[in-house]
Parts: sequence; C-alpha cells; structure tokens
Amino acid sequence: MSKHLNLTLHVWRQKNAKCDGKFVEYPAADISPDMSFLEMLDVVNEGLIRKGEEPITFDHDCREGICGQCGMVINGRPHGPKERTTTCQLHMRSFKDGDSITLEPWRAEAFPVLKDLMVDRGAFDRIIASGGFISAPTGSPQDANALPIPKENADLAMDAAACIGCAACVAACPNASAMLFVSAKISQLALLPQGQPERYIRVRDMVAQMDAEEFGTCTNHGECETACPKGIKMENIARMNRDFIKASLTYRPATGGGGVG
Amino acid sequence: MELNSRIPDGPIEKKWDKHKFDLKLVNPANKRKYKVLVVGSGLAGGAAAASLAELGYEVECFCYQDSPRRAHSIAAQGGINAAKNYHNDGDSVRRLFYDTVKGGDFRAREANVHRLAEVSNNIIDQCVAQGVPFAREYGGLLDNRSFGGAQVSRTFYARGQTGQQLLLGAYQALERQIGLGTVKMFSRHEMQELIVVDGVAKGIVTRDMVTGEIKSHLADAVCLATGGYGNTMYLATYAKGCNGTAIWRAHKKGAAFANPCFTQIHPTCIPVTGDHQSKLTLMSESLRNDGRIWVPKKKEDCGKPASQIAEEDRDYYLERKYPSYGNLAPRDIASRAAKQVCDDGRGIGETGLGVYLDFEAAISRLGANKIEEKYGNLFEMYERITDDNPYKTPMRIFPATHYTMGGLWVDYNLMSTVPGLFVLGEANFSDHGANRLGASALMQGLADGYFVIPYTIGGYLAGIKPGTRIKADDPAVKAAEQTTSERVQKLFAINGKETPTHFHRELGKVMWEFCGMGRNEAGLKKALQRIPEIREEFWKNLRIPGSGDEVNQSLELAGRVADFLEIGELMCLDALERRESCGGHFREEWQTEEGEALRDDENFCHVAAWEHKGEGQAPVRHVEPLAFENVHLATRSYK
Repeated sequence: MSKHLNLTLHVWRQKNAKCDGKFVEYPAADISPDMSFLEMLDVVNEGLIRKGEEPITFDHDCREGICGQCGMVINGRPHGPKERTTTCQLHMRSFKDGDSITLEPWRAEAFPVLKDLMVDRGAFDRIIASGGFISAPTGSPQDANALPIPKENADLAMDAAACIGCAACVAACPNASAMLFVSAKISQLALLPQGQPERYIRVRDMVAQMDAEEFGTCTNHGECETACPKGIKMENIARMNRDFIKASLTYRPATGGGGVG
Repeated sequence: MELNSRIPDGPIEKKWDKHKFDLKLVNPANKRKYKVLVVGSGLAGGAAAASLAELGYEVECFCYQDSPRRAHSIAAQGGINAAKNYHNDGDSVRRLFYDTVKGGDFRAREANVHRLAEVSNNIIDQCVAQGVPFAREYGGLLDNRSFGGAQVSRTFYARGQTGQQLLLGAYQALERQIGLGTVKMFSRHEMQELIVVDGVAKGIVTRDMVTGEIKSHLADAVCLATGGYGNTMYLATYAKGCNGTAIWRAHKKGAAFANPCFTQIHPTCIPVTGDHQSKLTLMSESLRNDGRIWVPKKKEDCGKPASQIAEEDRDYYLERKYPSYGNLAPRDIASRAAKQVCDDGRGIGETGLGVYLDFEAAISRLGANKIEEKYGNLFEMYERITDDNPYKTPMRIFPATHYTMGGLWVDYNLMSTVPGLFVLGEANFSDHGANRLGASALMQGLADGYFVIPYTIGGYLAGIKPGTRIKADDPAVKAAEQTTSERVQKLFAINGKETPTHFHRELGKVMWEFCGMGRNEAGLKKALQRIPEIREEFWKNLRIPGSGDEVNQSLELAGRVADFLEIGELMCLDALERRESCGGHFREEWQTEEGEALRDDENFCHVAAWEHKGEGQAPVRHVEPLAFENVHLATRSYK
C-alpha cells in the first residue's frame, strides 16, 4: 500500500445564487492515493455531516468521465492538473502529501453558482435547443446503409461528438467563451450528409443563442482545448466560423408555405 | 390483483402488426389536448418525450440531473444490437429473438422479445438519420462487431461511447421539441409521489432540487423511464444518482414489481481498491472479443506478476469450460465462473478478488495500433483509474452489479397494473428475462421510447375523454403533496449521528454477500433479518444537516436510501421464493454437477409480480405464467 496523504483544502462556499461566497479551509486527512478526487471529497463530507456541518455541494453523477456533470476548478485549472481527465477520473495519486488544494466553481457570467461548487449550465441546453440537432422525427427513415459516409468524415464527426458538455472550456477561457462547445456540435452535424439541409440555419441560430446567453467571444487563447477532458480541437471553431460567415452572407428569410390545395 | 399481459393473438411474427392496427388512434386535432408526463430522460425517457411531442401531445419531462443529456444511458460503452444482417452471417429477426429469449434463460415474454427484435432495425435507421456517428468501414457502410452471447456480428457501435452517442441523438431530438415549446423540461427535479385517483395514474409530485419546492404535475398519463435499482447494492456501475425511488413509490401506489431478484452482475469491471470506494467502473464487454480471461492454475502463483506466470500455468477457464463461446460466454456465466475461480483461491490482485483480461495475444496478432483503434479510450480509462498500462500488463477485472432485469410489471402495451402508468426501459421488467445479453439494453430503451410507447399510449388515451384531467384542488393531489412534505420533515427530525451513505454502504454489504452472484436459503433469510435492522437504525440515527428549502444533497440521498432499504428486502424475498436457478439468479441449492444453473420449469416458468399491501404488511406474490411456443424450453448450453 502506498502512503496516505494529508492535505489542506480551500473550498469556495456559497449558500445560493443570491448570497456572496468565500473560501473556507478544511483538512483532508489520511487520504489513500487510490481514491478518486470526488471520493476524497466524500470522505471530507462524511466528516462534516457527522459534525452537523453542511457538506460541500458539488455536481457529479456517472463518476466515469462521460456524463459531464462533474467539474470544478482545482488549483486554477478546470478538472485539475491531469490532461484529458474529468474531475471524477482524477485520482489522488496526482497529489503529494502536504499539498494545499484550492477548489472553485466554474466562473462565468452565463453559469450562476447554485451552491458551493455547483453551477447552472442551462445555457448549454438552450443552445442545443436553438439548433443543435438534425430534424428527423421518429418514423421510418431510409435504411441506415442507404447513405454511405466516408470513414474519415464519420471519424471526424465522432471526434467532435465526443464532447460531454461539462463546460470546462468556458471555465478555462479568459473571455468565458462557449465556442469550443458550440463548434463541436456544429462540426459534428456539418461533417455528415444528414446534417446538410439545416447546416447554415443551424450555425446562425446556435451562434445567436450563444450570444444571447452572454458568453464571451473567442480570441484564440486556446485554453479551452487544453482544459477539454475529451480532446475537442480548436479546428472545430475554425469550421464554425467558416460556416457562420457563409451563412451570414447567404442568408435569406424563409419563404412562406405553398398553401393548402 | 389481475395480471393480464394483453398479448395479441396470432402467430408471433404478426402480433405487433396486428396490434398496431387494432389500437385505437387519437384524432390529430385532439392530441394537443392530452398531457403526458415522462419521468427520466435517458434512452427510453428522452426518446419517448421527443416522439410523443412530435406526435402532438403536450409533454412534460423530468430528470434529477442538471440536464437531460446526463442520464446514465450515456455511460453504455459497447454497442446496440439490430438484426440487419449486414454481414451476411445468418442473422435475422428470428435469430435475434431466439438469442434474446435463450440468453434470458427462458424467463422473458416471447411476444415482447419478438417485437423488440422487429423494431431493432428501425432504431439503427432512426439514429443514423439523427446524425449518430456510428463506426463505419472504408466503403462508408456501417461496421459491426460481435458481442457476448451471440455468434453473429449484429452490434453497431460508436467507438467505446455508443450509449453517449445514442443518448445525445435522443437528447437533441428532445431539445428540438423543447425549443419548439412542445416539451416542458424540468431538470433537477425528483419525483416523490405518484398521484392516483380511483386506481388510475393522474400525475406526480416533484421536489425542485434547487429551491426545495414541492409541486404537483397533473396529466392524462404518466411514463416512468427512471432506470434500474442496482444501486441497492451500493457499489455498482450505475451513476451515483441512479435510484429506485420513482418505481418504488409507484409500487406503493399499486404498481406490481416483477422479478425484483433478477439483477445482472457484469463480469468485466475494475476491482474494488478500498472502503472509500464510491462506485465501480465497467470495462466494456467488447474487450472480450480480443482479450483472454485467465487466472493462475496454481494458488501459489497468485502473488506473482502476470509476466512471471508461464503459459502452461495459466487457466483460460472460459475457453476451457465453454469451448464454442469461450471468452464471449453470456454475462451471468462469465461472472459466476470468475467467482468460482476466486472462491477456489486463485483470484489475483491485493484482495484476491480479480481475474486477468489479457491482450498480449491480440496485440501480437493484430498489432498495438489495431488494438488502440478498437479500444483506445477504454485502455486510457483503465490506466487513469488503476495506473496500470493494459498494453503491457493484463487488465485486472472482477464482476460488479450492472443492470436490473426486474422492474415494474407491464403488459404488452408497457402499462403497469395502475392504468395510465406506463413503464419504459430498464425500469420495467419485460424483455430480458433472467439475464440480459450485451448490447440489448440500448436496444430495449430506444425500442420502448421511439417505437412502442408512441403507439400504445395512443390506444390508452383514445379511451379517455379530452379535458377530464383532475384539478389541483383534488384531495388526492393535496394528500400526495402532504405525504411528500411530511417525509422530508420526518427525515430531518431524526437528528441522529450517521450519514445517509453509512446506511447505504451497510445495506450494500448485505445485498452483495447474500443476494449477489450466489444465493442460498440460509443467506437470504439472514439478509431478511438484517435489512429491517439497518432500516430501523436508519430511522433512528440518520443525520441530515441544512434545510429542505435549498440544495441539499444529503436530503436527496437520504430519501433514496430509505427506498433502497425497502427494495433490498423485496429483492431478497423474491430470491428466496424463486427456488430455482436461472440466468443471473443463482440459487446454490439448484445447480448441475458442473456448477451450471438448474432451472425448474415445472414450478417457476413464470414472472413473479409482487403487490404492496401497506406499510408493515407482507407483500403478496402473484404469478404470470410464461408460455414458450416458438423457442422451446431447453437447458442453455454455451459449451
């Protein structure tokens, strides 16, 4: 067994969206390096509950790096020090005995803090609702193999589709821009033949919603790509920008329907 | 209680077609006058909410996560089955049906399984139309792989993230409807009560997990798609938030609970490292296509590194015992075989509860690049958790609770014993019998949501007069709201010393030991004595800090653990009463000389559906006999 760790946590505590928050110090004693980061917080929380204090609130669910619900800024880095790793997949072997660890929620105008390290990311859902889909109502589409898709395109689409919507990209960006998230969905659908009919209306609508949610703009810092636990690339932003310019130049308002015969 | 399965007449291939025609339709102009609640936003719930809204119904959808995109369907790695026969290897609807009935060890309803196989192909078409980026071959056509318990390549996949991609497809369809205003989404809301008037489901009570507000939602029909109750075991591959609360509270309002003891223990998960463990992580079954499972032949070799154990001293026990299926044997069989070698003292790792999953042969045959292309993300995930490199040393794996085949009883229309209450996906019991085959859960969730409920719920709603929903001042509504607030107050009032997790962990230990991979009468009786004791301690010594009118994760967990403490008891009772072994339910008293499950078709070829009789009263076991007219009852053999 490897040696257990004794750590000091500086945790952002905030009662709700209306109250001010502050950092509070907690010891995390006798932590096994095999624990995940969230299991370390579980241990701290169990101790707090037993003392009658409120445990630290943080979002989490699958704890296997795919649902995207967890995420906090650990020592200034979204999801912590390990590349391509969500908070839940970070393990305590990445820390040393005696370390001080600062924990903060995602900081962005568009993500109000609900409590402690938990924020409201509803803006992401509203961006998807504005156009992040292919309109294919449930029914009887053609056979799946009737539309061959070059493997390269399918693979690139899958690269973009791997986004888990955790919002680390926004937290990492000095402008709190959501362009990595938005462009990943736009790229995935624009790379596939099924996504072509709505390609340009989609990019217009999603960018408009992104702006309405008060995310910042991209100034090519690249922090998003570094913070992304799923390796989503900035090339998606380039694709989105190209499509957005084309969409803006070629936009015509929709014409009315044909009427009833 | 009457269990009428409402299976249509006629030959099995024609039942669903005939039934779809026989179901009454709702006039298109009337659809918007009906409101349907969908609880849960995973594959079943997300697909149902989107599809029902597309048809024109007014839909409200609820999830406990911060967004419908988080539902735990997202974590499914391996794939989804469909009978496309794209590979010309002998697949067909009939064969998928046959494999699923046999894989379930003859404890599923034939008619439901056949319908599942029939619509499997529509699912793939639908998902491709939505832009799900399934894996493709260089010619641009869809790629397939084979999966546990099948001898054809019928599994469609998107790298190791098939569940994620299918869920995002359903989520995007759902968000589209939310954007159009046809679905109202309630994230961070947890269902607390089912509202029942004159025996008919009329709505639900929810708690807003941000403000603590307790509110009723009234409708013409309610769909529960809230997943399985496997977290009763505490350590499981489920997300931490997965719970049995919605189905359990519906059960207490009259919905029969079918086959609660049918749980799936998945053979390939990362072993436990210590008491701090909060969940277990699955390694996709697809790894068994190329990985070979083994333990040392000699106990004294167990402490040595794998590389120092000579080839002839390794026991590839699945290949030895099941030569025709080998490492691809169904999950229940592979899990039990792992338990047997560990019980035999030949388990590996610090705890002795582990077996090797070795890629050395595949890497030398195909090259590390090919293996990386197929399983790269899984290998990375394994290394992140264990700090071991599976390209160099074999993975260590052990079985863990993964899925519940049991759930609320439903008829052919997916309606429970409470009229107006429909149950979809893992939350119902219907299609997997006593063991689920790999890549069948995604298929069932989407089948129920996209292609079954849109038809069957119409048949139900057509029989209700539009505009007859109950009003908010109905006594049943007030009573359900009051029950909810009283429960919250009662939990705070205990003011004891222990955390909700403490009791959950205690329950989990009992469940895993006595109602896990091996069960026997003495153990189950012990569990049935121990669980009420833990429950009593819970209600005496629980502590929840904070208040109920804000975010309070301890309160949320306490409510769920209170239900697990009751569900666990019913699981053990059902396991005790099912005096046979079948699929994942292995009663040690019923086994062949070779240690295989021994069914008792004479006495137990049925679904056991439990009726709640009130607090402190013993539940009553009802029986729905199963008829096997197309796949004849036989002992499963994977040898």
